[in-house]
Amino acid sequence: MSVFRYAAVVLAVGSLAGVIYAVASGAGQSSVTAQRFVNLQEGAKPHEGFRRAHAKGFCVAGEFLSNGKLAPYSTAQVFQPGKTGFVGRMSIAGTNPTAPDLRSPVRSLALNLGQGDADGWRTAMNTPPVMAVGTPEAFYEQLSALAPDPATGQRNPERIQAFFASHPETQAFLAWQKSYVPTQSLATERYHSINAFYLLGPKGQRQAVRWAAEPAPDTPAQPLTALNPDDPDALQAEFLARVKQAPAVFDLIFTLADPTDNENDPTVPWPESRPTVVAGQLLIRAAQPETKGQCKDINFDPLVLPTGMAATDDPILRARSAAYAESYRRRARESL
Amino acid sequence: MTHHTEMHIMSQADVYSLPARILHWAMALLLFSLLLAGLAMVQSLQTWHLTLLTAHKAMGVLALLLVVVRLAVRLTHTPPALPDNLSAAQKHAAHGTQVLLYVAMFAMPITGLLMQGAAGRPVSVFGLFTVPALLPVDLRTYGLLRELHGWGAWGLIALVLLHITAALHHGLVKRDKVLRSML
Repeated sequence: MSVFRYAAVVLAVGSLAGVIYAVASGAGQSSVTAQRFVNLQEGAKPHEGFRRAHAKGFCVAGEFLSNGKLAPYSTAQVFQPGKTGFVGRMSIAGTNPTAPDLRSPVRSLALNLGQGDADGWRTAMNTPPVMAVGTPEAFYEQLSALAPDPATGQRNPERIQAFFASHPETQAFLAWQKSYVPTQSLATERYHSINAFYLLGPKGQRQAVRWAAEPAPDTPAQPLTALNPDDPDALQAEFLARVKQAPAVFDLIFTLADPTDNENDPTVPWPESRPTVVAGQLLIRAAQPETKGQCKDINFDPLVLPTGMAATDDPILRARSAAYAESYRRRARESL
Repeated sequence: MTHHTEMHIMSQADVYSLPARILHWAMALLLFSLLLAGLAMVQSLQTWHLTLLTAHKAMGVLALLLVVVRLAVRLTHTPPALPDNLSAAQKHAAHGTQVLLYVAMFAMPITGLLMQGAAGRPVSVFGLFTVPALLPVDLRTYGLLRELHGWGAWGLIALVLLHITAALHHGLVKRDKVLRSML
């Protein structure tokens, strides 16, 4: 009889262990997990110690001067009239930390406003105004299609074409890509939130928004010194020199969605006619190589939001947190 | 009716105090949920990730508060003695497992909170209050604490499974008073 009693113990503990094992090995997950995603990004030979996306960049620091015009839409401290300091990072897309600045198709500005505050706000903005695709699974497909063929080491144009042909939601992104002319300075680019977020107002109201950092109107469009096309760090050198002379200034402009806009779809731009609010100015007063600045240790997870802001259900936005965390964990482990 | 002699009449000294029993079962449920949520959320690219992450952090703070109370209850209430027929080695093993469980119950929320501090991310508890960053932002510190938190979770899982196996062995096979002391 005692054999049944032993069996009951084994069955009970085995079931619990089975549930834990199932969850740990991805039960209930989509086919694309954070680990699979980052594995694809880093490829066969990861650049250890570096971010798995936007590996090359440098640190910036400055402050956001809020004019208070966004305060009726959001209770966030950062949007009340006044000043909030930030540490940020300018970067180029790609996984190679030594890639040439001028070759990258995408440039980025990431900010951590109110460092260490309970109401800190992180944003990771890119030059494209929209995503090519709207789900992490499609994004995984996109990156797979764009990855070099392991046999040839080259990108496969047929695969790329097949991907875009089977994903009509990529049209707005492709149109942007066609019209985009890289500027001669990181200080003269427009950086977009891409995903939409909610502003939570003092009367409990909720407004879907996207935002962009746009060069202040009086920003000199010409680079300070002519860019040397052979210098892999051409953009970084120009920006460091520029900031030494005067702060780089961006207007932080919020676009308010209409009820007809789908805030959960990052592939569709909102009409130009949507109202905008200039919330204030970003003043970048200092720039330093990443080894010397404070930005290296920061994971610019755009889901770190202050009270008065909230995430939409945009599947790409929601996926960013876990993917960023996996990349952060890997480079943190490699730093030990 | 030989069976009758095995059925102990449970006296008060054979049972954990009521606060100890309530804390034990509440925390069992909480820790099991926290472990499963942790294992799921580190992989998830789904829209529920943020909700689960926020809940995991807030519930982790709750678990830390509960284990402090629990340790206080444990130190102020005498636990029931183990059955006399256990060998000294078995008694040591039982005691050792309990000590390790307490260590893990403290270590998990503490490494979790500290690693959030090292990542510069103060932990908000249901929007009621925020645990300030307890450490300066530092990638290496984060790396160490993040790995400890991850391995700690597997350590806690192993201890919990061992603990449940032993408890069920006492309750179903040996049928002594050990399992009933916590019911």
